[in-house]
Amino acid sequence: MDGPLEFVRMQSESDSPDGGWDRVVSAKSGWLKLDLNELWRYRDLIYLFVRRDFVATYKQTILGPLWFIIQPVLSTIVFTIIFGQIARLPTDNIPPFLFYMCGLVSWGYFADCLNRSAGTFTGNANIFSKVYFPRLSVPIANAITNLITFGIQFSVFLVVLGYFTWKGAPIQTSWRVIVLPLLLLQMAMLGIGFGCIVSSLTTRYRDLAMLMGFFVQLWMYASCVLFPLSLYPKEWHWLLVLNPMVPVIESFRFAFLGAGTVEAYQLISGAVASLVIFVVGVVVFRHVERTFADTI
Amino acid sequence: MQVIEAENLGKRYRLGVINRGMLYKDIQSWWARVRGREDPNIPVHVAQNPAAVRGDEFWAFRDVSFSVGQGEILGIIGRNGAGKSTLLKVLSQITAPSAGNFKLKGRVASLLEVGTGFHGELTGRENIFLNGAILGMSRAEVRLRFEEIVEFAEVGKFIDTPVKRYSSGMYVRLAFSVAAHLQPDILIVDEVLAVGDAAFQQKCLGRMDEAAFKEGRTILFVSHNMASVRSLCTRVIMLKSGRLEVDGEPGPTVDRYLDQGSVDWDVSKRTGSGRLRIGAVHLEDASGGRLAELVAGQPCKFVLGFDNHGLGPQDRVTVGLSMHGAGTDLFANYSHYSGREFSGLPARGAFEFAWPSVDIVPGHYTFGIRVFANGDQHTGERLDTPPPFMVTIHSSDFYGAGQHGGLSHGVMLVKGVWAVRS
Repeated sequence: MDGPLEFVRMQSESDSPDGGWDRVVSAKSGWLKLDLNELWRYRDLIYLFVRRDFVATYKQTILGPLWFIIQPVLSTIVFTIIFGQIARLPTDNIPPFLFYMCGLVSWGYFADCLNRSAGTFTGNANIFSKVYFPRLSVPIANAITNLITFGIQFSVFLVVLGYFTWKGAPIQTSWRVIVLPLLLLQMAMLGIGFGCIVSSLTTRYRDLAMLMGFFVQLWMYASCVLFPLSLYPKEWHWLLVLNPMVPVIESFRFAFLGAGTVEAYQLISGAVASLVIFVVGVVVFRHVERTFADTI
Repeated sequence: MQVIEAENLGKRYRLGVINRGMLYKDIQSWWARVRGREDPNIPVHVAQNPAAVRGDEFWAFRDVSFSVGQGEILGIIGRNGAGKSTLLKVLSQITAPSAGNFKLKGRVASLLEVGTGFHGELTGRENIFLNGAILGMSRAEVRLRFEEIVEFAEVGKFIDTPVKRYSSGMYVRLAFSVAAHLQPDILIVDEVLAVGDAAFQQKCLGRMDEAAFKEGRTILFVSHNMASVRSLCTRVIMLKSGRLEVDGEPGPTVDRYLDQGSVDWDVSKRTGSGRLRIGAVHLEDASGGRLAELVAGQPCKFVLGFDNHGLGPQDRVTVGLSMHGAGTDLFANYSHYSGREFSGLPARGAFEFAWPSVDIVPGHYTFGIRVFANGDQHTGERLDTPPPFMVTIHSSDFYGAGQHGGLSHGVMLVKGVWAVRS
């Protein structure tokens, strides 16, 4: 029956240096106790959170899935008109509609992860003050739920991509698309990591939540979603690439549309920055969750 | 085998540290300090009390050490504010201790509330799985006990209906049923038995008993219901003002707790001539057993002990009891209202006020006592006015269906009967 759970317990009992205690909770705690074992034990909870959010979203509105399609398509149209037609920003010779949609769909996944992770403490105060489970399961479940939204939007993008390819637009979708899972993983880590930091800060400063929308918007403008990195002189690229989302978006476009500025140092710096932010976010989050219940 | 061991456990809260909660307010306060102005975000009463600004500490409980063996049902009792709930929160890992440490052996599940995480859009079935997982069960475990859970909850064919369409009775039964079928090694329960109708409560108590005695689980149980603490627990610890006061057998510990039900007066704060003084006051239930707290809908007696310091046989005494709370005065009942004036009082005795049914919404209320001689509250001689004292009224299944409205729906509970007439 409860095989895996029992297993974990037996194991920790025999391994434990502390006379067979499974859990020792002390007033003093190290900053670097991540306890991933425990998170793994709660994997069913993560699955059920994903299921809950999915069911709740699709039961409440018939427009649910349709809305996920309308939203990026509308934004793409708006950006195509403003930046493509009026401002006439270059798009690496890619049809503007495809260029913006590619950026918006990939950016959308990151922004969703960030926004929802940022609301972890404030949005779950009620449950968190009543029962213990590893709090990290919430942002992780969110990142998985967001994959569903991303999947829907990405399918629409593929349809549009197919259409443009059929029309003979100058695009080269290459074997490099296999990096998609890695790009998603990086965005999830960056989104969760940064979201966890914001979420931890909002337990003290609730008004930060209001700044978030504005901040995410600004970040998008700085992430080459609406213009290619090649718009800037090459000697400034290193500066722009400090933003770990730039290489993600450029790689995405390079893989699917065959146009983008991707260099090894950019990929490495993006991956390292994402990993660092993820680890810092998780550590801060784990620290705040210990006494979060006292502040509500 | 010991399964819980707590050592010098303590939880500290900071009082008076003004958590402004907003970044702009912190910046505003900082700017005010820089310019040497008064902080615009400090409430006036705090500004006059510098200690609060420094952030005085408050220990919800402190230096609490105990250990619990496998299969024990440990009752935790104490008055409101004694630190019971905070202790449970710390042991449930909802918040970290500020001092000391505790160790646990085995899987722990805590029930500080039933139905945590229930989602209205999900069906009963989906909620059983979700709630089970939140409480620490794997899907496989829930699946194994699914039939049992549904049967215990008596929701039957509505199991695939979204719970937002359940009656609140069904909702609570389903929520409790999931909790009752958890199979942790240690179960931490807080007052959840005060839910559901009386028959369902009995069923739940039976379930807990079974879990401990037949299945060897350890249960930590906080309750105000002394009858169930007495009958269910194998050991009881009593907290008083955040300290562990007693750790022992249920019977004597509960008795000791109930004896504290009498009120000690601060003699210096009295007014009146003093020819009669109210001494110890305590509460009793219908059969004369002592109560620490009242229960909504149940009868009770206030017993006001007195010492007679010089009233003669001819002096006529009238005594009154008043109740205040929820921002209003609820009643004042003088004995002369019902034609009772007492003369020939002994040197030592007690007034008794029988209250047939405490039909008041659960909460904390204050009571006042006035005693007059040879006249009423306007014309007579004021003998004694002890300071008001606080009494807690606990919830019960007043309406018989496991529901009531809470304070926002008025202070009185009225046993009305609804029907349709055509």
